[in-house]
Amino acid sequence: MSPAESAHFPRWHFFNQTTGVMSWLTTLDHKRIALMYFGAVVSALILGGLLALGIRLELFNPEPSLVDAQTYNRLFTLHGMVMVFLFMVPAIPAVFGNFFLPMMLGAKDVAFPRLNLASFYIYVTGALFTLWAIVHGGVDTGWTFYVPYSTTSVVAVAPVMLGIFIVGLSSILTGLNFIVTTHTLRAPGLNWGRLPLFVWNLYGTSIISVLATPVIGIVALLVAAEIIFGFGLFDPARGGDPVLFQHLFWFYSHPVVYVMVLPAMGVVSEVFATFCRRQIFGYKMLAVATLGIALVGFFVWGHHLFVAGQSTFDAGIFGVLSMLVGVFTAIKVFNWVMTLYKGAVDFTVPFALACFFLYFLIFGGMTGIALAVISLDVHWHDTYYVVAHFHFVMVGSVMMAFLAAVHYWFPKMFGRMYSERVALSAVAFIFIGFNLTFVPQFLLGNMGMPRRYHQYLPMFQSLNVASTMGAFILGLGMFLSLFALLWALKWGAVAGDNPFHSRGYEWNTASPPVQHNFHTPQVIVDGPHNYEGPPAAQPTAKVAHGVE
Amino acid sequence: MTQWLRELLFLPERASTFADRVDALHYQVFLTTMGVWAVITLVMGYFFVRFRRKRVEQSTEPFHPPLSMEVFFVAVPLVVFLGWFTIGFRDFTWYRNPPPDAIDVYATGKKWMWKFTYPEGPNAIDTLHVPVGRPVRVLITSRDVIHSFFVPAFRVKQDAIPGRYTETWFIATRTGVFDVFCAEYCGLSHSRMLGKVVVMPVEEFEDWRAAEREQSFAARLDADPTRDEARATLVTQGERLALEKGCGRCHTVDGTPHLGPTWRGLYRSMQTLTTGENVVADEAYLTRSMMNPGAQKVAGYFTDMPSYFGLLTNAEAAALVEYIKSLKGEEPAPGAMR
Ligand code: HEC
Ligand SMILES: [Cu+2]
Ligand SMILES: [Cu+2]
Repeated sequence: MSPAESAHFPRWHFFNQTTGVMSWLTTLDHKRIALMYFGAVVSALILGGLLALGIRLELFNPEPSLVDAQTYNRLFTLHGMVMVFLFMVPAIPAVFGNFFLPMMLGAKDVAFPRLNLASFYIYVTGALFTLWAIVHGGVDTGWTFYVPYSTTSVVAVAPVMLGIFIVGLSSILTGLNFIVTTHTLRAPGLNWGRLPLFVWNLYGTSIISVLATPVIGIVALLVAAEIIFGFGLFDPARGGDPVLFQHLFWFYSHPVVYVMVLPAMGVVSEVFATFCRRQIFGYKMLAVATLGIALVGFFVWGHHLFVAGQSTFDAGIFGVLSMLVGVFTAIKVFNWVMTLYKGAVDFTVPFALACFFLYFLIFGGMTGIALAVISLDVHWHDTYYVVAHFHFVMVGSVMMAFLAAVHYWFPKMFGRMYSERVALSAVAFIFIGFNLTFVPQFLLGNMGMPRRYHQYLPMFQSLNVASTMGAFILGLGMFLSLFALLWALKWGAVAGDNPFHSRGYEWNTASPPVQHNFHTPQVIVDGPHNYEGPPAAQPTAKVAHGVE
Repeated sequence: MTQWLRELLFLPERASTFADRVDALHYQVFLTTMGVWAVITLVMGYFFVRFRRKRVEQSTEPFHPPLSMEVFFVAVPLVVFLGWFTIGFRDFTWYRNPPPDAIDVYATGKKWMWKFTYPEGPNAIDTLHVPVGRPVRVLITSRDVIHSFFVPAFRVKQDAIPGRYTETWFIATRTGVFDVFCAEYCGLSHSRMLGKVVVMPVEEFEDWRAAEREQSFAARLDADPTRDEARATLVTQGERLALEKGCGRCHTVDGTPHLGPTWRGLYRSMQTLTTGENVVADEAYLTRSMMNPGAQKVAGYFTDMPSYFGLLTNAEAAALVEYIKSLKGEEPAPGAMR
């Protein structure tokens, strides 16, 4: 949908109501905090992406070529940590959650704006500390830190875990803030049955962050206690149990997968609703499935331990529960597809991205189910199949949703429109590059190539070459996309308040919004995305608001 | 069809009975996935064309799904996924229960190699010889960090964990040489921790093993002709160790209980623990009894079994386990050898 030529750019908005570097660094405005997060996570994404390209270049040849084994091991450790903890976990909640949660609730800000700013600084501190600890300590354990490798080799793992806990603390605080905001700051008339699905997903995510993150903090403390005081907790040489570590680690790290995926699902629900002009088909089912994933996701961690010597019975329990998560996800997929039915579908960049999200979720999800089928996992565990599976889920679907969020809310946040054509071609590159990178990795996993391999047998080469080429196409697409957006920031056409004619609550105000989001107090009379009949009078005041 | 699918999916050739089970289910899952994707794509494509937006502010009617549809959406994935789970769990249970007549081999992972030991010799580094068509059980442990014993052609994998024994087993269905990888990241040369499984016809395997044993006896006798126990197999080593470490103060080998339970007929027997639980005395259990006796205590004994953790090496523990295993039946041992 091209923006109307006559669209006007509001005179006053949250960018120019106060100015100066300090007005940003000390801001309590959730939108500005969101944008600062945006800058931080995109930096992390670029760093993690460049590391990935380095890894792929090394794997072009079966023999060591660019870097030695030690450097390679550090590269993939750094890549995993940066992508998981510094990009994926905060990406959607901290950026788009922060920006849109209050707006979707018809509120002026989150419940605790100061805490919100503190979360940001804690995140930055934790991120820098973690990076320093990994580089300085030469950590080469992979992002999973399995003991006894991580505690017996001479590397400084405890500070890294501390760093991760600091980053985690920031998501605990953000999570608490979101939960309280959702409970207390809903506009009059906005009951739970009318919450936008994005809010439901943020709510589920927040619960997981608050409950699961402390566990990684405890693990960090235990590892530190073992290293410093010599307690035999995990190291078998001191009477400890290395598998206990794996249980604790995955008790945190499996739910974290849903911290990444749930917000992505929320974004896609908003995008499908807007571009199909329908509230998501089966709204209630979707909300229930979201909470179902958040809950059951806590009890499936053992599917990472099928070949670690866990009892057959335990494996069975974890296997069945993993299937349930799959069922909840499948319900969501069906509902998104059915949203097109009797809708009014508009093909736009965010819509295309949401469809790609579905594509990656179907394959990422089904291969996840396949991995949870215990007998199959015996072959695939710790091979490239697993690598391909979680990249399909996390880089594939979560990244598509992140990009969908960027393209869907770009005009809302900045009041300008990117070039659809450039954006679409960037997205096409990303989609093709992504498939070319990771489909060969599934096949490598089938062949039996283990993960975290610095060099490999010649029989694995052709697929690795394909994967490396794909990674560069993917990288090209990402940079193209970045430049298209940066260009639009300055020279994009003025978008107008609601270029997509969305009836999500966050569009009930000017784009970009004013400091306190709305010109008039919001009263909600209807569920979100109700496209029956003509648009309700939108309370967008044309009168500029002064600085408050 | 299956041959074609195997090539399409780049799966290695199938060389064990478990591989046949795994691949059969894999194909089913793969075909279903592709089918699901195709149907969803077609349906979405149809909706996309059929329900394209006509006016900018086009209004749509809400559509409330009937209950039957919701039930359908839940039931279909539930039934399919639970079906796969059931088959997978059945196969996994089968895989976790090696037949009692399996040939035992010990595999010890160590940065960055595999050591394979037959209870009565020989030893080998990185190459595992096994007979075709016979169940072979691999008892796995590690001397340093966690490794994982992985044979893609057999579709089996099992982590090697320091301080305990885990097991995997297979029946090789064809002769040949197959790759062994370490699947768990273990540091610098993780990707060079490569091994081979050589599957041989049964007679050839027996000949090979006999020849190897002779050779290693000869080699060891050459090295030190005075050492009598150069001939030692794991069992006799275990017998000697039991003497040296004073296990006999509390354990007997003639079937009568002493301060501790007797070792005769202990292996694979059912033991009742102080918790009331019943467990089978397999290798993992026997090893635990020495390394961490507090974890599972046999009911009915007043003395505590002392922990030998740190006092016995992995190899010594394995030798003791082999010795205990050799003490079968009720009657006194005619000789320790199997
Ligand atoms: C001080 C006496 C004592 C000594 C010495 C001792 N044990 Fe024990 N052992 C026990 C007792 C008592 C039990 C039964 C209670 C339990 O399970 O802890 C036991 C149990 C066991 C079991 C499990 C038996 C079952 O019925 O399940 C094994 C195996 C074992 N010991 C091996 C050894 C070995 C090998 C040594 C020597 C290296 C050894 N023990 C030395 C007292 C001893
Ligand atoms: Cu998991
Ligand atoms: Cu390894």
